[in-house]
Amino acid sequence: MLGWYLRGVSEQLKQLLRVAFPGARELAVVDRTGGGDHFHVTVVDPLFDGLSLVDQHRLVYTALDEPMRDGTIHELRITTRSQT
Amino acid sequence: MSDLRDKIQQTIESEPVVAFIKGTHEQAYCGNSARALDALRAVGASFTAVDVLPDPHIRQELSALSSWPTIPQVFVGGELVGGADIVQELAATGELEAKLNEKLGESWRRPGEERTQAVSEGSGFRLLPGSPG
Repeated sequence: MLGWYLRGVSEQLKQLLRVAFPGARELAVVDRTGGGDHFHVTVVDPLFDGLSLVDQHRLVYTALDEPMRDGTIHELRITTRSQT
Repeated sequence: MSDLRDKIQQTIESEPVVAFIKGTHEQAYCGNSARALDALRAVGASFTAVDVLPDPHIRQELSALSSWPTIPQVFVGGELVGGADIVQELAATGELEAKLNEKLGESWRRPGEERTQAVSEGSGFRLLPGSPG
C-alpha cells in the first residue's frame, strides 16, 4: 500500500518535470531514502545550454514549486545537464 | 524594503564568501548545509556562515532577495553560486576555485578561517507593526 503511494509521488514529480521540460533527453526522479519525501531529480535538456547552474536549478525549482511549498518534497537534490 | 533584508543584502555584499546555513560553522544542523561547508573547506576557502534558524524571517527575506528557495545558499563576491549540489559539483570540477579566483583574487585561500555571524540584532527585541507594543 505504502509502496503504491510512494511510487505515486515520484510519478507525480516526474509528470511535473515532463510538463516543464517537454524537450528533455532524460528525466529521473529517485526517492533517496524510500520515505517518499527526499528526492534526487535529474534533468538533461538542451534548454540548459548556456545557462548557469544556478539558473538551471531555478527552472527545476519552479517546475516543482507546488510540491516544495506543500511539504511533499522535504529535501531535493538536483542534477542538471544540457546533454547526456 | 525591510530592515532585515537590508542587513542580509549588506552581508552578501560585504563578506567575500558567505554561506547561509542551518546551524553554525562548528555545528551544521542539516546534511545539505554541511555538504556546502565541506565543499568550501575542500578548496581551502575562508568563509562566513550565517545561521538562518534563529529567525524564520531571515530565510524568507534571503529567498526573496536571491530567487532561490532552499537553504544552504553560498555567495561569492556578492553573487549566488549555488546550493549544496552546485557548490559540491563546482568544487569537484575545479570550477569553484576558478570562481573564487575570478571574484576575489587570491585572498580567499585561507583554510580553516571560518566564523559564524548573526544577521539580526543581538537583542532580538523589536516592535513589530501592529503589535500591541
